[in-house]
Amino acid sequence: MYKTWKGVQPYLLATPQTLVFLLFLIFPILMIGLVSFWEFNGYTMVPGFTLSNYADVFTEVSLRTYLNTFKYVVLVWFFCLAIAFPVSYFLAFHIQNQKLQIILFLICTVPFWTSNIIRMISWIPVLGKEGLINSLLLNLNLVEQPVEWLLYSDFAVVLGMVHLYNFFMIAPIFNSMMRIDRNLITAAEDMGASGFQILKEVILPLTAPGIAIGSIFVVTLVMGEFITVRLMGGGQSASVGKLIQTQIGSLQYPLAAANAVVLLIVTLFLVAGILRVVDIRKEL
Amino acid sequence: MNSSVSASEAQPTATAKLQQELASQAVGVTLRAVTKKYGSFTAVENISLDIPAGSYTCLLGPSGCGKTTTLRMIAGHEDITSGELLIGDRRVNDLPPTQRNTAMMFQNYALFPHKTVWENVEFGLKMRNLPKAERIQRVDEILEIVGLTKFAQRKPAKLSGGQQQRAALARALVTRPQVLLLDEPLSALDENLRVRTRSELRKLQKQFGMTFIQVTHGQDEAFALSDQIVVMDHGRIDQIGTPEQIFQMPASRFVARFVGDNNIFVGKISDVLQGNQYAILRLDVDGIGSFLCRGQAADLGMTAACCVRSDSMTMTPYPPTDPTLPNQLTARVVAIEFTGYVTRVSLMVEATGAELTYKVRSHDWIANPVQEGQLVTLSWTTENCVFLSH
Repeated sequence: MYKTWKGVQPYLLATPQTLVFLLFLIFPILMIGLVSFWEFNGYTMVPGFTLSNYADVFTEVSLRTYLNTFKYVVLVWFFCLAIAFPVSYFLAFHIQNQKLQIILFLICTVPFWTSNIIRMISWIPVLGKEGLINSLLLNLNLVEQPVEWLLYSDFAVVLGMVHLYNFFMIAPIFNSMMRIDRNLITAAEDMGASGFQILKEVILPLTAPGIAIGSIFVVTLVMGEFITVRLMGGGQSASVGKLIQTQIGSLQYPLAAANAVVLLIVTLFLVAGILRVVDIRKEL
Repeated sequence: MNSSVSASEAQPTATAKLQQELASQAVGVTLRAVTKKYGSFTAVENISLDIPAGSYTCLLGPSGCGKTTTLRMIAGHEDITSGELLIGDRRVNDLPPTQRNTAMMFQNYALFPHKTVWENVEFGLKMRNLPKAERIQRVDEILEIVGLTKFAQRKPAKLSGGQQQRAALARALVTRPQVLLLDEPLSALDENLRVRTRSELRKLQKQFGMTFIQVTHGQDEAFALSDQIVVMDHGRIDQIGTPEQIFQMPASRFVARFVGDNNIFVGKISDVLQGNQYAILRLDVDGIGSFLCRGQAADLGMTAACCVRSDSMTMTPYPPTDPTLPNQLTARVVAIEFTGYVTRVSLMVEATGAELTYKVRSHDWIANPVQEGQLVTLSWTTENCVFLSH
C-alpha cells in the first residue's frame, strides 16, 4: 500500500501543473493550429481545410510586416544590451557596498510598479507635439517647428519597448556578473591583461549566458508586441502582433491563427539560434 | 604507451632549459618599513623584511594577521601606504603587477572556467603579445613539466584538485617570473594530497632555484616548505627565522602559542646570569616554581614569560628527588590521550590551576605509564626553557 503511494505520489504532485499546461497552453495552441486551416466566409469562420490563410501570410504586405517586426527586435535588442551591459557592469563591479548594490538593483525594478500601458501613455506628454521635449526645443529656439518623429514613429516604438524590456536584460546579465569570481579578474591583471582585455577575455565570455537569457526574453517579448506598437506608433507602425490583433478585430480568426502559427515558429527559430550560439545550461 | 615514453624522454631537456633560465634570474625581495592602511585600520604596520633570492619563504599567521595583504602588496594588487618595496634592486612601489616580474598563484587557483588548461596557461603570454609560435612552444613545454600534456584541452572543471593546482602552477610559471607568490596554494586540497603536493612544490622550487613567497596559516606547511618563516600577528612581524629557530626558540608568547605544544609560564625576572652562549634568566612563577631559561639580557623585576615544549620535559613520580633544583614542578595528571605515535598527557598544577601538556612517544609511555589523577614531577633542562620577552 505504502509502496504504491510512494510510486504514485510524484505523478499526483505533477498533475495540477500538467493539467494547467494542457488546458491553457497546449490545447489553445492546438486549437490555433487547427483554426489556421479553417475557411473564412466574410463574417465567420467555417471548419474545413485550406492553405489559403498561409498563402496570405506570405504575401508582400504581410512579409513587410514581418521585416518591420524583425527591425524592432534587432533595434530593441541592441539598445537593451547597450544599456543593460554597462548598467550591470557598474552595479556588479564598481559598487563595492553590497547594501547599495541591492538598493540600486531594486531601483531598476521601479518601472514595474505601474502597468505597461500607463508607462507607455506617460511618454505622450513627454514626446508629443506640445510635449516637454518639443516645448524645450522651441523655447530654446533650437527648432522652429515641433519635432514630429518623437511620437507616433518607429523611434517612439523602439524607445517604448527599450523602456519596457530593459530590465529583462539587466537582471540576467547582473546575475551572471555577480557569479564571476573576483579572483579571476585579479588573476587576469596579474598576468598583464588591460581593462579592455579583461572585459573581452574574462567578463564577456562569462557573462554570455546571462546575455543569452536576456536576449531570449527581449526577442520573444518584442516578437509578440502590439500594445506599444499601437500606443507609441500611432497608425504608422506595424508589427506581426498588431497585424494579428487587427485581424482578430475584424473576426478573421483563421488568418490570425495562421499568422500566430508562423510567428510562433519564427520566434522558436530565433530562440533556438540564440541557444546554439551560447550554452546557458550552467546558468540555470 | 609510445607517447608516454617520448614525453619522459623530452622532459629532462625541457626542464633543464627552463631550470637554467629561471635560476639565473631569481631575485630577492626587500620590504622597508612597509605599512598598509585602509582608512583608519592598519592592516600591515611598519614591516621590514629581507627575502633572499632563490629562497622559499612562508608568511605564517592566523587569519587577519596581514600576511595576505603583504603578499598582495608584493604582487602589486594592493597599494603600499608607506615604505619601500624592492624586487631585486628595483623599487617597484608604483609599478603595475606585470612590470614587477612576479606571478601569483591564487587560493582556489582562479583558473578561467571558460578556457581550456592550454588557454589558461597561454593567457599571460597572449596578454604580453608574444608571437604565436613562441606561445605554443612555451605552453607545451610547461604543461609537460607539470605533467598535464594529456589534459591540455580540458576545462578546469574537468580536472581533479591536484591537476587544477598544477595547471595554476603552470600558468604562473609560464611567464618566467623572478618571484612566485603563492596564496594558500594547498588549502583547497585534502589532507593526503596536500602533503604530497607540498613536497612537489618544494621540489620544484629547489629544482628551479626560484624565489617562492607563500602565505599559509598552517605551521606544518610552513615548517615543511620554508627556508625562512615570517610569523605575523596583528599586522606586525613577530619573528623571522628558519623553521628550526621558530620551533626551538620562539621569540614571543604569540609565536610559542601559534607553533603549538608549548607550555608558557609568566613570572618575574629575579636574576640574570651570563651563560656561555646566551644569558640565563631566573623567572619566578607564583605558586609553580622558579625556572632558569635561556634568552637575552633583560631587566630585573620585569614581568616576562618562558616556554617549554611539551615534548622536551621529563616526567618522574612525585615527589622530586631534590626539591631545591630549579626547572621542575608538581602537577596532577588530568587526562591521557593516545594519538598514535605520540601520547598527550594533560596536567594541572593544583596550587594555581595552570594547565600543562606533556607529550611522549607512545612506545615509552606504554613501557612506563602513569594513571589519571596521580601526582607527578615534570622537569627540564635550562637549554629547553626559552625566555619570551613579550
